[in-house]
Formats: sequence, C-alpha cells, structure tokens
Amino acid sequence: MGKTVKRVNNRSLASIVLAGALAVSLAACGEDATTDAATAAGGDEMSDLSGSIAGAGASSQEKAMGGWMATFASVAPDVTVTYESIGSGGGREQFLAGGVQFAGSDAALDEEELEAAVERCYGGEAIELPLYISPIAVVYNLPGVDADNINMSAETIAKIFNGDITVWNDPAIAAENEGVELPDTAIVPVNRSDESGTTENFTEYLEAAAGGAWPHEASGDWPISGTQSGNGTSGLIDTVTGAEGSIGYADASRAGDLGTVALKVGEEYVPFSAEAAAAVVDASPRAEGATDKRLVVELDRETTAEGAYPLVLISYSVACSQYEDEAQTEAVKAFLTYVASEEGQEVAEAADVAGSAPISDDLRTEVQAAIDSITTVG
Amino acid sequence: MAVLSPPKVGGRPDQQEPRARRSKGGLAGRLFEYLSVGAGLLILVTLAAVAGFLVLRAWPALTASPEELQEISWFGSSTFLGYVGPLIFGTLLASLLALLIAVPLAVGIALFISHYAPRRLAQSLGYVIDLLAAIPSVVYGLWGALWLAPTLDPAFRWMTDFLGWIPLFEGYQPPAKNVLTASIVLAVMILPIITAVAREVFLQAPRLHEEAALALGATRWEMVRMAVLPFGRSGVISASMLGLGRALGETMAVLMILSPGFLYSFFLLKPGQHQSIAANIASKFPEASGLSVSALIATGLALFVITLAVNMFARWIISRRSEFSGAN
Amino acid sequence: MTTTTPELTSVTPARTRLPSWSPWAFAAGSLVLAFLVLLVLSSPTPAGVVLLGAVVYAVALTVTSRVVEGERRANDRLATTLVTFAFALALVPLVSLLWTVITEGAARFGPSFLNTNMVGVFGEMTEGGVYHAIMGTLYITLAAAAISVPIGILTAIYLVEYGRGHLARGVTFLVDVMTGIPSIVAGLFAFTLFTLVFGPAYRAGIMGAAALAVLMTPVVIRSVEEMLRLVPNELREAAYALGVPKWLTIIKVVLRTAIAGIVTGVMLAVARVIGETAPLLLTVGIVADVNWDLFDGRMATLPVYAYRQYSQGGIGVERAWAAALTLILIVMLLNIVARLVSRYFSPKASR
Repeated sequence: MGKTVKRVNNRSLASIVLAGALAVSLAACGEDATTDAATAAGGDEMSDLSGSIAGAGASSQEKAMGGWMATFASVAPDVTVTYESIGSGGGREQFLAGGVQFAGSDAALDEEELEAAVERCYGGEAIELPLYISPIAVVYNLPGVDADNINMSAETIAKIFNGDITVWNDPAIAAENEGVELPDTAIVPVNRSDESGTTENFTEYLEAAAGGAWPHEASGDWPISGTQSGNGTSGLIDTVTGAEGSIGYADASRAGDLGTVALKVGEEYVPFSAEAAAAVVDASPRAEGATDKRLVVELDRETTAEGAYPLVLISYSVACSQYEDEAQTEAVKAFLTYVASEEGQEVAEAADVAGSAPISDDLRTEVQAAIDSITTVG
Repeated sequence: MAVLSPPKVGGRPDQQEPRARRSKGGLAGRLFEYLSVGAGLLILVTLAAVAGFLVLRAWPALTASPEELQEISWFGSSTFLGYVGPLIFGTLLASLLALLIAVPLAVGIALFISHYAPRRLAQSLGYVIDLLAAIPSVVYGLWGALWLAPTLDPAFRWMTDFLGWIPLFEGYQPPAKNVLTASIVLAVMILPIITAVAREVFLQAPRLHEEAALALGATRWEMVRMAVLPFGRSGVISASMLGLGRALGETMAVLMILSPGFLYSFFLLKPGQHQSIAANIASKFPEASGLSVSALIATGLALFVITLAVNMFARWIISRRSEFSGAN
Repeated sequence: MTTTTPELTSVTPARTRLPSWSPWAFAAGSLVLAFLVLLVLSSPTPAGVVLLGAVVYAVALTVTSRVVEGERRANDRLATTLVTFAFALALVPLVSLLWTVITEGAARFGPSFLNTNMVGVFGEMTEGGVYHAIMGTLYITLAAAAISVPIGILTAIYLVEYGRGHLARGVTFLVDVMTGIPSIVAGLFAFTLFTLVFGPAYRAGIMGAAALAVLMTPVVIRSVEEMLRLVPNELREAAYALGVPKWLTIIKVVLRTAIAGIVTGVMLAVARVIGETAPLLLTVGIVADVNWDLFDGRMATLPVYAYRQYSQGGIGVERAWAAALTLILIVMLLNIVARLVSRYFSPKASR
C-alpha cells in the first residue's frame, strides 16, 4: 500500500476489455484517495515493520478503525491493516476460525469462545482490550424546543420507550425540565431493527438504572414489537429525522442536528461527552473472570460518580496472546499499541471520525502490558 | 428483455429434418450435441444444487429442538413454523399489495403505448418505462426512504384521519415506514416487467379483430374491451405472476424502508407490523452465526418454495389458457 | 394503428359530438378550478393542483360527454383519460427517482470520484471514490457472464435445435423456475456452496459471480432462444442441402445470423444483474481498494458500496448517491449499447 501515487496497472486482460468500453480514462489512473499520508514519522521503531494483518467485526468500530488504519499507515507504512465491518458475531467467528488476526467485538467472548480461542491462539489465550469507548446518545427530533438538552432520568426514558409516556409534555418529563416549554406532540420511540451492540447497551442501561420501569431483559434485539425502527444507525437516524416528536438512541457521533438527552446521574443531569463517557469506564469495576490480559469492564450503569455518563458502549479489540508468525506478532503489537496510544485515541476522538472517548492513562498502562505480552509461538 | 417463454411460432425448425442427417456430423457433431444437452442438464443440476445446498444448511434449524431455537435471541417462537409464519405473511402481503397497485397501472400503461399513444412515439415511450427496470434496487431503497416516505406522509395522515374507521388504515404513525410505502416502491419496481409483457401481448392482438370491431362502429374503448383485453388476459396474468415473483424476493428496498415487525396484521399504515423474508435475511445475516445462520437459510428456503409455487401456478394458468392465447 | 377515420367514429349520428379541442379546454379549466379551490381551502401546491385537477378533469369530461354524446362515447373518453393518467402516473416515480439521484449525486460525482479508491479515507474527508467499486462490479459481472453466457447459449441451442420430448420440456420449465429465483436466495446458495467447500470464513468475488450467474443464466437462455427461433428455417435447410453437418450449420449459419440479437440479449442480461445488491452483500462484502484476485478476499462493488456508504452517514450519504448515479449511468450505457447493436447489426431482429 502506497507510499506514492499508486498506479493501477492493467494486470488482467479482463480489466482492459471491461474498461475499454466504459472507462478508458479511469483505468489509466485509478489511484488511492490519499497519497501524502505516508511520508512522516521516519526513524520511528515501527517504520521498519512490514507485513499485513486483517481484522473483522463490530460495525461500531468501523469509523474509528478507518481513522486508525489511515493514520497508522504514516507510522508504519509497510504494514497493511484491513478491517471488515461484518458485525461482532461474525468478527468473533472469523477470528476463532483463524480467518483474521484480530476482531472487533461489542461483547466479550463467552466461555465457549474462550475455549475455542486456546486452539486458535496456538495454545495461548485471547486478549480483549477495551480500546473503543463510545457514548450512546438518546436523540430526539423536536424542532420547537430550544433547550440544549432535555433532561431525563433512566426511568423516564424506560417509560417512553416502553410506551407508558406518550406525549412530550407529560408531567414526568416536564418535572425534570423546569423552564423548558415542551409541546404536546406525540412521542414516537424509534429503535434499531437489526441486532446491535448499541441496542444491547441501551437496554442494559435501562434494565439496570430504570428501577423496574423497564420490564424487559437486556438484549441486542429490541424486545417490543409494533414500533418504528431503522436498519442500522443510518436507518435509525433517518427515521428519527423523518418525524417530529420521535426519539431514538444512536452512537453519539451520529447525532448531528438532532437534540440529545442529558441523563440523570446522582442528582445532576449529564449530557454526553467523551470525558463523561471515559469517567464511567474509570468508575466501573472489572467483569467477573477478567484477567490482566482480558480487560473486560463491567459497566456500572447506576453510577453516581460526578460527571459520568453511564450510557456507553465498549467495543473490544480481540487478539491472540500468541501468533505463529513473527512478522504477524510484531504487526499486531504495533497496530494495537498505536490504537491504544494517546495519538491513536485522539484520532478516534475527533468528532468527525468517531467521537469516541479516549481511554485513561491508567487503563492504557494495563492495555500496554497486555499488548507487550503477545509473543510468537515456539 | 425476454421474460417469458417466447411464443412458439412455427414450431421447431428441425422437425422435418431427415433422421439420417443427424449421423452426418461425425464425432464433432456428436460432441457438440452432447455439449448442448449437457448445458441443458446443467440447468437441472444447478436448480437441484440450489435446493440441495439450502436444505443441507437449513437442516440443523429445521430439526432443532424448541430449546435450541429459543437460544437464538431474535427467535420469538418455539417452532420454526411459528417464526417463519409471520414472515411469509408479511412477504405475501407486501407483494400482493404491490401487485394490486401495479397490475391496473401496468395494463393502462401498456394499452396507452400499444393502442392510444401516437404510433411514432410508442416505442420511445416503451423505453421510458423500461428505464424503471434499469434502476438498481439499492437506489429504490434510498429513494423510498429519503424521498417517497416524506412525500407520502400528508396522504397517509389524511387517510388515517378520514378513513381510519376502516381497520386497514387505522393508526398511522409517522414517518411513513409502513408496509404500504414498501408496497408502493415494490409496485414501481415491478411495473416495467408487467408493462413490457402486457405491451407485447396487446400488440399481438389480431389486427383483423380490431379493425372488424371498429368497422362495426365500436368506439376505441369498446374495441379494446372486445378484441384486445380478452386476447391479452392470460398474458397479463402470467406477467403479473412474474412481477409477483420479483416482488417476493426484493430485498434492499424493503430493508431500507420498512419498520419491521413479526405479526399477522392487516394494519397497512402502522409501523412494526410486517417484515419480508428477504429483508429479514439481509438484516440479520451480518450478526448471525451457527444455528441462527441455519435458521435464516431455512427462511430463504421457504422463500424459494413460495416463488417456485407462484411460478408453477403461472405456468399452469398459461397452459390452461393456451387455446385462447394462440388464437391467431 | 388506431387512428380512426371520422366516418367510423360517428357511432351515434343522432347526437352532436364535442369539438376535438374540448379535452384540452377541459384540462385547462380543471387545473384553474383546482387551483382556485385549493387557494380557498389552503395553500395550493403543484402536486395538489395536478392531483385535484386530474380528478376534476376526469369527472367533468365524462359527465359532459355523457350528456352531449351519450354513454358509449363517455365511456370511451373515460377510458382514454384513465389510460393516459396511468402512463403519466408511472412517469412520476421515474422522474423523481432520476431527479433525486442526479441532484444528490452531483455533489460528489466527478472525475476524481471515479478514479480514486477508499484507501486511507476516514471521517469527513471529501476524498475517496468508487474506482475500486467500478472495477469490482465490472470484474464480478464479467465473471458471471463468463459462466452464464456459454451455458445459456448452449442450453438455448439445445432447446431450439436438438431438444425434443420430455427432457426439452423439462428444461424449458426449469428455466422458467430459475427465472423466478429471488436474488437473495441465489446469494444464500453461493454462500452455502462456497462456505461448505472452502470453510466458513471464505469470501471471494467468485461467490458473488456464482450468485449472479444463477440469476443471469435463465435471462440469457430466454433471449438467445428467442433469437435462434427467429432464424429462418430456409437458411438451415440450404446449409444441409450443401452437405454441411448440423453442428457446423448451427455454428456457422444459425449463430452467425442471430449474433446481433444474442449480443443484445446478453447485454440486457448483464444490465439486469449488475445492480443486484443483496447477493453481493451476503457474499463479497466491501473493501477499500481494488482486489484483482477473483478467488480470494472481498471485493468492492458499486451497489454494496452505495449501501455501505449510506450506512456510514455524514458524507457517506453523498458518496452513496454519487455511486448510485455511477451505477445507473453504467446500466443505461449498457442498455443503449445493446439497443444500438440490435438496431445496426441485425436487420432481421423484430425489436
């Protein structure tokens, strides 16, 4: 992959025949979109690595991965990284089948998968790193309301999505928003129609924090039928944008012009922000079974820590503690180190990339230790 | 585009050929014949392979116990039939609605092109309608979700306000991501197929009958009704079946437009009531693994069987009415 | 063919006829009336005026005609009105579709969009394009054509020149069945076939090509069959009379004569499958750069690219529209070339 402008030479006769009729001019000059990225950072220890590694998995990480892969190319120009956004389940499956060297997953591996990972990792084990932390925004479409945020407790949100609160000027919402003039528009709750980590984290939050107002179990599939919904984040955002009075939940970076809800944490209301999302991760304990290689976080949805925003999605980077091939080991280590670095986390933090929350320095130290433990088998 | 078996005008060209001729080709001739027979057999093999591989991959889901099926998070039922039932219903409902909208329109358009429009324009007008068939389905999806749904919103509001007492139109909730919107898009998508076939059939209506009707003093409409429509009926029916087949399997447009649900419901304007098999597969496939892949492939098998049945039905209609359609 | 002479149309000589300009007068009057009514009731929109005007026109013209010209004439006028409206109604989605795609697509569309790929593009960067997706689409479609065209032509030859009895009827039936296979089922078939053989993580362009070939073959067979049947029997008999063996007659005479029609049919079949999204979404996925290896790794294709860019939101939506525009242009180019081929190279083809 290109240090300079990459000329696509007509390697196959087929392409010439095809292009001949349709795109003579194109065939001559298909080129990489960015050509100047790979000049900086000479002399860095990573710059003499080479090889190629493939990842696959969660679509939540797709945009951040795009940024990481593009900027990593300037740090280690001879390492090719690809990431296929095929969904968390698919990513874990491909990883365990040996199809890819690392996976992105919105959920930690379960026990069965951990067993399978031993074989896949040549007798080693799976490493799980919480490298992508992203706030989920509760978005609404109320053009007439000029407040920065509408305040809601988890209980109110649960009642809205469960259909117990049906208009925007319901007393329960009004009580939390003194001084905001709420219209009597009907509320249209919108959910994701496909299985997603966003839905899973959102329902997990409602189940834990709404104090029984959410009668359903946490799940990646929306539990209520007969609702407005959208396929994927784009479908959801389009649906919310399409009707006044609708409310939905989506990766915060996609909220765009829609209003967002400030969540009640303790006695105050916290709007989403990268810092607030990072705060809840720091305030949360490790999950049961977590080790110093599997840094799985059990998010504390009921946190009362000041300035924490508990509606957060953590997407893990899953890798092996052992690889067969030295070049692969080094490439995986270099890439994950870059992603975990301050620089890498900043790339993803940019609002126009993924708007994610950077990991804290303490967490970075642990992550780095786990990455350093990756070795080549034998 | 040839969408139907072409009318067998004039029979097989080689029928009167003497038998002796066949042996004259020698080895090359025999090889060539085997090759062409082989290609014909390959069609059979391909279809058998499609069915076979689908059954093979669907088998675990078809034979799984209710407990195993319950472990699939989106499997809201304890039996496979219980899960696929609402999907079949939704697929059929959306497709039949689309047919209901498209067929009268297509017949009108075909008549316009074949018998009403100025003759010099007719062929170009045909191309214009054919353009609709050239638009990829993902574009229909984008267009339906971003342009059509907002455009239909006022109409749907009006329907639920004034016709809401009819249960069909009850409870519209914006945005217009309901089965009716999806059906309208499907109708637009199958319009060119039905129109193309209907147009061809109408153009083949015997000229003598038409001129005789006009000579007897019939108006143009009476001529069409008496000489063209009866002749074209079986063609229109089989064209509709083709359109139905296409609508049944359409994926992207439904996926991008419909708010899905898994109910047996006739509320056309409510969101979250219906889902089509194809869109459901495309939506769930990325996150599926293991048994849930099998379950999705099993629903695909059900779709295959339905389209097969529709196709056989269409063929049966054509063969049953062939004595009329061959009337020239 | 349907211009009727004045003598024939005067079916009710006892009654007077409406003058020939009356439909135009009624149309203008209806539109004005609709505009005024809407002006009184609420604010008139172009769509509302046309819609209400159409209803007013249909009712007014039919009623007037019934009073002046009698029932049969009135029915005739109503039928003409409805048939014309049906056509006009079909133009609404077509025009709005093309208009939306062109206006939305124009934002990103251009030479640099067409010849860059997506390597290193992230966030709201305005770089990036569809070069790799165009190549992938052409590559996969060509591979599908390479599979289905020989099979399709040979099967058509079998059906027209050799086939008789149960097998031929069976194949004809199966081809019709195959025509009805939904694209997603074809995708699932390719997915199951290749993942069973090459392991669950296998993804390659050939999977998509196989799926498209399943969809394309019956279309090729149908159109080639039609073309072969149009070849006059006299040509075959003349060849036999000269002692040319049957297989050579087919290759040198029949195929030669029908070649333009066959090319047209194949191109239309290609145009039919080149925009398929669902089977490619399941099998070949997306990548950021051109992948020239048909048998290993994912490939980018235009329909999937459009869908995935739309899913990314932001500037991706603009790219999605531009990719849709590119795809439509390619399909139309194929259609036009196909029609030109059939017009200039085959004097015998019926259309």
